[in-house]
Amino acid sequence: LSRIGDELYLEPTEGGLSLRAVNSSRSAFASFLFAPLFFQLYEPGSTGPDTELFRCKVHMKSFLGIFRSLPSLEKSVGKCLILLKPRASRLVLQLHCKYGVTKTHNLAFQECERLQAVFDTQRCASRLCAPARVLAEAVVHFPLTLAEVTLGTGPGGKIGLRNYVEEEAGESCRSPPKPPSAGSPPGPPHPPLCPQGLLSFAEASNLPLTIHFDEPGRPVIFTLDDTVLEVHLVLATLSDLESNSQSPSTNGVSHLPAPSDDFPDDLESYMVAMETSEAGLEGPPSPTFPLRTPRPAKSQPEEKEEEEEEEEEEGAVPGTPPHKKFRSLFFGSVMTPGRPDPATSQEVLAEDSDGES
Amino acid sequence: MPFSAPPPASGERYALSASLDNARHLSSLLRAVHFQDHATCLATASGLRVTVEDAKCIQANAFIQAEIFQEFSVQEESVMFRISLSVLLDCLTIFGTSSLPGTSTALRMCYRGYGYPLMLFLEEGGVVTVCKINTQEPDELLDFDFCSTKVVNKIILQSEGLREAFAELDMTSEVLQITMSPDKPYFRLSTFGNAGSAHLDYPRDSDLMEAFHCTQTQTNRYKISLLKPSTKALALSCKVSIRTDAQGFLSLQYMIRNEDGQICFVEYYCCPDENISEAEL
Repeated sequence: LSRIGDELYLEPTEGGLSLRAVNSSRSAFASFLFAPLFFQLYEPGSTGPDTELFRCKVHMKSFLGIFRSLPSLEKSVGKCLILLKPRASRLVLQLHCKYGVTKTHNLAFQECERLQAVFDTQRCASRLCAPARVLAEAVVHFPLTLAEVTLGTGPGGKIGLRNYVEEEAGESCRSPPKPPSAGSPPGPPHPPLCPQGLLSFAEASNLPLTIHFDEPGRPVIFTLDDTVLEVHLVLATLSDLESNSQSPSTNGVSHLPAPSDDFPDDLESYMVAMETSEAGLEGPPSPTFPLRTPRPAKSQPEEKEEEEEEEEEEGAVPGTPPHKKFRSLFFGSVMTPGRPDPATSQEVLAEDSDGES
Repeated sequence: MPFSAPPPASGERYALSASLDNARHLSSLLRAVHFQDHATCLATASGLRVTVEDAKCIQANAFIQAEIFQEFSVQEESVMFRISLSVLLDCLTIFGTSSLPGTSTALRMCYRGYGYPLMLFLEEGGVVTVCKINTQEPDELLDFDFCSTKVVNKIILQSEGLREAFAELDMTSEVLQITMSPDKPYFRLSTFGNAGSAHLDYPRDSDLMEAFHCTQTQTNRYKISLLKPSTKALALSCKVSIRTDAQGFLSLQYMIRNEDGQICFVEYYCCPDENISEAEL
């Protein structure tokens, strides 16, 4: 979650504790829902008929700072108590460690609105379910500096992942040997993103990863499901590679209630690029997030999955190597209407017979 | 392997002369107090004491008893000089800081007296290095007047329990607040940083607690930047004693066992922070 946003949204619900994050451009959203069973004790608090359960957000760094050293946490911490104290304006995290030592952290929080992305996995035309390891193996062969990949389905149930190198047609194509369940007939390819962090988390927790996708432009949803944990990662995708289509942005991530200036009504296309690198990279321009994929040994209660995501503004990275030119358009304030769509310089993998317009 | 330096040509004896088989016994202790460039060395018949101070608020002392040395002789009642601790450490570790088993740097230290440089002869694997470090007029040292009769609260903890805590102290907090009390929370370390406050509580019946003698509830704040260097001493030590007096002065004494199992001590004294306000709990 720390890869996506700087703030961690905590929302206790009857169905569990939901931890969420959204990125600044609202093109990526993730939520981890921990069912009550996950916890030894779960008390979401009392609610009246009119009041909602209290929500808050805290700075991601402050929260993560408490769980800084995972190996030592595993060894020394017995249990963790999380208390939300609205009146004191404090989120209390108490770690009960060995030798009877208690570490209490009182974090300042901000009240916030409900953070929810608009998405519906049922509406997605296609579904791909695979063990995370398979997908991770597929992306590991791409160059470390890769910005994005295109996921495409082909005849015969083949799944392909393609990237672009520079502006040439150079492609490396991966077909995972088995797409266990591709739920629909092959559709036009579109570029979603491979969230490295989510893959590592899924691999570590041995959960299969499901990718719900649809036409280009509609968000792609990665999900992980477990008896006590539900993970959703919603990413915006590049709507059309060829034309400057006017894709309505209704399928994007929204903030309820959503201030409309956050949302690109007139956006032509938007895309979030993600690094598929496994190793931590310092070099490649990544103005928003450094890239790292620490690998958790096992699923930790408070562990946030890390996702790598790179968003770039055209103007913000003058030193960007050429092959990244086509990447990363934000919706909203970043996109300037008169700017030539860099996506057009990109070679289209397979043409839409009926291009979205 | 000990070796002896040539006696001074004039026939007079050195004010201070010492030999040590393994220079690490000295250098590791000096590193635990190395938060300022200069140190004051005091040599008496009981051994060597190296003192470092900062801001007139904090003082650290490293004690290396005469018994640790293979040879230790002080001519006058005491010998005192000021020296660059950084340079001294660089010389002591001139053959490198990594400790390969079986190899050690032998040291011979000679000081002729006031105005003379400190001579170091270091040998490892047949290679000898001679260092001459200039000495200066010793500074007047702070006297915290901390004696055991004035101690209000005292705790002895196994260092293992504190090491991580000190290493992970929230440095965005200006102060480290120490609460010692015969009642809950017994022993608490608190920081007040940008993210919020953090409290580390050690119960009196914890396995880590070797001794617990608290007579009064005291809460004192100390500048965290001054105390942070003590983490080095904590890392080396096996036990630490934490004492406060009526004025809130803090004494931290670290018991350090060296490679040969000998015991040495490092202590830190710190003044409480003047701007004491209500503790945020």
